[in-house]
Parts: sequence; C-alpha cells; structure tokens
Amino acid sequence: MKAQAFRTPSQSHRVLDAEDIEALAIGAWILGTGGGGDPYHNLLNLRRLYSEGHTVTLVDPILLADDAHVAVVSNMGAPIVGQERLADPELSIRPLRMMEQYTGKKFDAVMALEIGGGNGLLPLMIAAVLGLPVIDADTMGRAYPEAQMTSVAVAGLKCYPLAMADIRENEILFPRAASWRWMERISRKACTEIGSIAATCKAPRTGAEIKQHGILYTTSLAIRLGEMVLEARRKHQDPISAVVEAAHGKRLFSGKIVDVERRATEGFLRGCARIEGLDSNAGDEALVHFQNEFSVAFINNEPVVMTPDLICLLDTVSGDGIGTDVLRFGQRVTMLALPGPDCFMTQQGLEAVGPGAFGFDIPFQSVFGETNP
Amino acid sequence: MKRIGIDVGGTNTDAVLIDGQQVVLATKTFTTEDVTSGVRSALTEIVTKAGPAAAGVEAVMIGTTHYTNAVVERRKLDPVAALRISLPASASLPPFCDWPPELAAKVNRGVYLVRGGHEYDGRELVPLDENAVAEAARAIRRDGVNRVAVSATFSPLTAAMEMRALEILRQEHPEAHVTLSSALGRIGLLKRENVALMNASLIGLAKEITEAFKQAVAQSGLNAELYITQNDGTVARAEAARDFPVHSFASGPTNSMRGAALITGCKNAMVCDVGGTTADIGCLINGFPREANNVIHIGGVRTLFRMPDLLSIPIGGGTRISTDGTAIGPESVGFRLVDEALVFGGSTLTATDIAVASGRIDLGDPSLVRHLDKALIEQVMASIHHRLADAVDQMKTDGAEVPLLAVGGGAMLLPDTMPGISDVMQFQHHAVANAVGAAIAQISGESDKIYRDVSREAAIEDAKSHAIRNAVDAGANADSIKIIEVEDFPLSYMPGNCLRARVRAVGDATQVRT
Repeated sequence: MKAQAFRTPSQSHRVLDAEDIEALAIGAWILGTGGGGDPYHNLLNLRRLYSEGHTVTLVDPILLADDAHVAVVSNMGAPIVGQERLADPELSIRPLRMMEQYTGKKFDAVMALEIGGGNGLLPLMIAAVLGLPVIDADTMGRAYPEAQMTSVAVAGLKCYPLAMADIRENEILFPRAASWRWMERISRKACTEIGSIAATCKAPRTGAEIKQHGILYTTSLAIRLGEMVLEARRKHQDPISAVVEAAHGKRLFSGKIVDVERRATEGFLRGCARIEGLDSNAGDEALVHFQNEFSVAFINNEPVVMTPDLICLLDTVSGDGIGTDVLRFGQRVTMLALPGPDCFMTQQGLEAVGPGAFGFDIPFQSVFGETNP
Repeated sequence: MKRIGIDVGGTNTDAVLIDGQQVVLATKTFTTEDVTSGVRSALTEIVTKAGPAAAGVEAVMIGTTHYTNAVVERRKLDPVAALRISLPASASLPPFCDWPPELAAKVNRGVYLVRGGHEYDGRELVPLDENAVAEAARAIRRDGVNRVAVSATFSPLTAAMEMRALEILRQEHPEAHVTLSSALGRIGLLKRENVALMNASLIGLAKEITEAFKQAVAQSGLNAELYITQNDGTVARAEAARDFPVHSFASGPTNSMRGAALITGCKNAMVCDVGGTTADIGCLINGFPREANNVIHIGGVRTLFRMPDLLSIPIGGGTRISTDGTAIGPESVGFRLVDEALVFGGSTLTATDIAVASGRIDLGDPSLVRHLDKALIEQVMASIHHRLADAVDQMKTDGAEVPLLAVGGGAMLLPDTMPGISDVMQFQHHAVANAVGAAIAQISGESDKIYRDVSREAAIEDAKSHAIRNAVDAGANADSIKIIEVEDFPLSYMPGNCLRARVRAVGDATQVRT
C-alpha cells in the first residue's frame, strides 16, 4: 500500500479476520438479491489465502486522497457459469495487470463494482494476492446485471477503459465507448463469446469520485448482516427478522416455490419464480421476476416491490440468500425488501435501474413510501 | 398388499411385516459381520414367526444406514482417484478442496486435472486432452487405485467428455469402477464432484451389501421382489441401486421418520433416531421429513442432491466409551455389540453398558457392569444427554415446544426432558420405525428428456406422463401416483428452442405384480 494515497493512516483501517470473511460471504449473498454469483467459491479461495498467511485491510473511503487510483473489479457473466467455471485469483488479477499496463499507472486500492454476491468478496481475493487495501464501498449497493446500472454511471462519470480476461489466453481491452450502454453492449458480447464469464477491471476511479459518487460502507454493511444471521442462528432466533431489523427492511411474503421458469439469453439468466403462500400468506401467490437479479415482484397479480428497492429471497429457515440460478421447486423462501441507495431514486437513477430498465411498464413505487424523483 | 420392510443398521437389523398400513409383526436381531446371514436370519425369523401370515408377501424393501455410517465413522471407504476435466479453468479449487482434511486424507489417492470441459452453451471450453486422461488412468492403475470419480465442467448438460474419459479409463485401467458426476449431480461442479467422489468411495461397500441382500431374499423362500430404499422415501430395484450408494445415503433416517409418523399419527415433531452407531435428528412436517433446501453436508462434505434435512452425530448404543469416561465415540462396536459390550460378556465399554448401569434399560447381564464407578456413569450419561439435546436444539427452527419422537434401538440414551421439547415420546414399535418406513416406501419413476421446439407446458406435460409410465412400469399403482419433482432447464446452444425437463413421480407398490 502506498501511504500517501490516504489522508490519515491506520485509524480507520480495519484488518479483516477470518470471521469477518465468513460473515461477509453471508451478507453479500443477501445483498446480491439473487445474483452476483454465490460467494462460496470466492470464500473458499479467501480461506485458502488466509490459511497461507494473507490478510486484507478494509479502508474507510472518506480517507481516500482525491487523486488515489482505485481499481473497480467484477466478475462478469451469468451466475450459473460461475458454478461450473470456478473463481481463481490468478484469473481475477489479470485485468488489473492489463489496466496498469495500459494506463501506465499503479493502483492504490481495490473496490467492488457490486457488493452483492461473489463480487462483494472479489476485491478481497485480489487484494490478498496483490497486497493492496480494499475500499469499504461499491457502485451498486447490491448486484445488478448491467454496466450502466451503477452509481458512477448515473453520475455520468467516464465509462472507459475496461479490461477483460478469459481463462484461455484471450485478453480484451475496451479503450473507449460512446456511453455506458455501449460499453455494456460491446463488453457483454465479448463476455458471452468467451463463455458468459469474464474477469474484468472497470474504468479506474479517483478517490474524489468514490467519495462523491460511490455507495459507501457497503462492505461493512454486508459483514454486519452476516454477523446478525450467524448470531440469530446461534441463539435459535429468526435470522430473517435479524436481517430486516439490521437493514431497516420489510418482510413481504413467505411461501414455497411451486414453479421456476428460466431462459439463458444474451448472456443473462432471465425468468420468474412462482411462490405459493404459507402461514400468514396462505392462499396468496407471489411471482418474482429476475434478470440475473430479482427485478419486480407481484403478490396476487399486484406489483408490490420493484428495483431499485432490493428484493431478497432468503431461505426461510437458515436466512441464507438464494440465487436465481438455484431456485428450485419446493424451496421454502421468505421475500424481503431492503431500501435501495438514494442515488438510484433520482430520475436518472430510475432510468438506469427502475422497473422500465428491466422491461416492466410500471411506475416506480417504493415499498418504503413516497418517492419524488 | 403384504410387504416386508427391513432396516439394516450398524448394530441392529429390524424387520416388519406390513399388511396395508398395519404392522402385523416386528422383529429385531443383531446385525452380523457377514451381512448376508444377518439379513437371512432376520428374514427367516419374521417368516417363521408370521407362519401362514407370510404367504403372499410380494416385496422385500431393505434400507440401510451402512453408507452414512461409513462416512461419519470414516470406515470402509475405498480410496478414490479424482479426474477432473476443467483446465485451464478452476485450478485454484481442486477436487477434495472443501473436504474435511482428515477425510480427504483417507479417501484421496490422487487428483488429476486435465484440459477440457464444456461451455454453458455446449461448445467445448478447450478440446479434451485425451493423452492426459490416458496418462492419469495409467498413473491411477500404477498406484493400485480402483475407484475413480470423473467430473467435467457442465457435464450435466453435455456428458460427452466424461463418457470419453470413461472409455479411456476402461482401456487403460479395466479394473477401475468409474463414477461419472453427470450421472448423479446437478449444475455446480464442486458439489456434483463431491457426490461422485463419495459415491466412488462407497462402491466396494455397496457391492458387498447388495449381493448380501439378494442372496438373503433368494434363500428366504419368498417369491418377492427386492427393492432398496432411497433418500426420498422411495425404492429402487436392487440392480439399479448398486452403482449409486449415495442415493441410499439417508434412506435409514428417512424411513424411520416416515415410520414414526405413521405409527404415532404425529405428523409435526422432531425425531431422534438413535441407532447403534449414530443418532440422526430430523424434523417431521406433515408426516414427511423436512427437506434440506440447499446444500447438504455429509460427514462434513458439501453436496447437492435430494436429501432430507438431517443432523447425524456419532452417538449410538454401540458407541465406545474410554475407560476413564472422557472420550465418547466416534467409533462404535456396531454389530459386535453382542460380543464386545460388557453386559454381553465382552470387554469394551459402550454407551449401552452405561445405560444398563444407570438403570435406564435392562439388557444382557447387569451384574457385569455393577463394578463401574457411579460418578463415571453419571458423568458419561450427562455428557451423552447434553450432546443429544444440543443436536436436537440445533435442528429446531422455532422457539415453540414440540414433541420429540424417540426412535431406534438406542432410544434409551435420550434424556426424559429436553429444553424446547414438550414431551419425549417413546412408543410401541419405536425400535423398528425404520423398518416400517421401509415397508411403506413408494416406487418412483423418472423422466429426463430434451425437447425441441415444443412449448414449455407441453414438454412438462409429456415428461409427467413419461415419469408416470416409468413409475407404473417399475411397479407403482397408477391410481396412487403423485408428481413430486418438476425441473426444467433451457439449452440455448442447440438448434431450435430446446428444453431439458426432468420429472419424478411416485406411487404405491401395486397389489399384483406381473
């Protein structure tokens, strides 16, 4: 770590221990809203790196110097492919190397594109190998399927360059794109071509950009949610209530999955799951749509919750997140809503990530009350 | 119809004769080292005792906890070589990477990663490195390892490379028994590979046990079909079950839970089945075991296939106790209880001896444990109670008190009261609940087909009728059939609009077999 990249040393630097990593995996999966990929493989890689003596330092973004140079990393693609082509730190660091070579500038720190799912752990894996700190922030506050669905895109920051690596010897650099949507279209095509999974390093961000437009403290939020779930399990309390309380969320529906329709198109996993109500929801039916992540949910044919509110489907018993790629007939699930980041509640934000962005002609209505875009 | 259900535990072999849903007769014998004679004597005993009532028995349904016990106790596991077709991908997380280290050390006799595998859309990731497969096969043969588990990236969608590896293995290493991950698991390379590795390590035991069961039925004089019970409460014909011991993994606990529900009429309860080797704790919801939603850990290994949600701990009637009382298990004397336990004149201190000495049960010769120190007895009993109550508590999912159904030959080890439990229920035939569950097990039929240019609804309808037909062909009564699993998956790589649909149906055994 280059000390001059940060205004003050150590005080708000937290060395994460092995328990933090376990909690982060649970919390990131909940914030993944069904996508971002199961964090398990990244967790396994991190356990291995920790057992080899590597550690990771989490840094308060407020301490970033304005000109700090931060890598924004993500694994791109369909989560189901990640179940078969397993995460490997050697692959994940390649796009950073490409980017450093292209820009001629070394990175000071690593940050997640999305805190949700495996991508929430990815910067730690990279940081452990490279010895860089991780910034406690991301650009989604959850997981979203597309490049323009970020706080930095909504803020109109530069979308390029982007570096992409494949497990074979394919390396692709995108020096420039006309817009975030163009970057999404072009990079998605390349990603699909190499098997719908790719290691990427997005447009580098400065410390100033992160402080102004990043979604801050999401890594520590994920760790806290994970800790709440673990503690509730230890005490035999309801982990879902613990999550609702810790994240100021709402419990919306409990039931059993009776049907799942999935199609893999254009590099996404699209579809919907039908949930038959149980207990207090007996006789009701919920339908939750997804494009990698859950986008809009209907209860008894009425739209009830939609992005950018977070829709989380959790295992009713364990409180674990359930990915859209592993939804199955018979699963007992509880649907929650957690509040979305403020930056997506603006008109530009809703254009990027509101229900319309996922093909639903429904005006956005937050389950948490009135919104005035 | 009349059926005989048998449950072969590590310690006891239980048998029941069932007519409809009525338990006509129940027997309990000790499991013998030679499994054949144990099942034979159990069958002989029940047939003899039943007399004329045994006439017309159409099916013998056998469940066994051998496989779970083998993994939990780390015994009788064959050494396995893992051949994974995935390079250049997935190299940092090799086979066995998420196994408990001590179990991996027992089973792992070589990990071979070779280039190959498929993409999600059916294209090759890279071509299969056939030379590397042949080289691995020769190395496995040189090492004298005869069980191989083969996994490949996206093999549930395209098993071609696993099949090719199987051909090469057959050429280079004909003595090897090969388990393909595509035959067992679902999408999820590590979890599917883990199921395959575990299956491979149990093949020797499965061959031994299935052969023993077949001989026993053949020698019993009954003109009955042999079925082996499966994890989900259904049965498969013996020949089909032999290559896939993992499908019978949790059949014992599943059977005992379903049996306990049938006997007590208590459909919502915790169940603790204390056998000779393990205690299995589960939760009954509406008469069926609560199903595990996600990943299942077996002996500490993460897997994904259809299983009841169970917690298995190594405490049973045959559990070895160190003479100073500080070590309880995990080893069990198993079926040798009748020779080795102190109350039977043996020289090994077991949980059963402690239970007899504490006056909880009258078994064998109590005078043989009279010399045991009172404080030691209390300390061990308290420790066993604590561990069982703790395990039951772990499986409880809400704070409200529920009854606990005490099941199995080691049920006397359970405390009379437990936190969170309204009543520890002991009941008639409790010790043979697993055999009752085996006897009422249903027959299943599956359909797993790829449909082209057919609507999803039509594809699923066709798969349903196909699964029902298969269940009827396997001996299920058409009027009793229910669809229990529907799964479909799009295959976007194939020409046209392709869908893979998988459906499973179950039904009661028919009254008249052809």
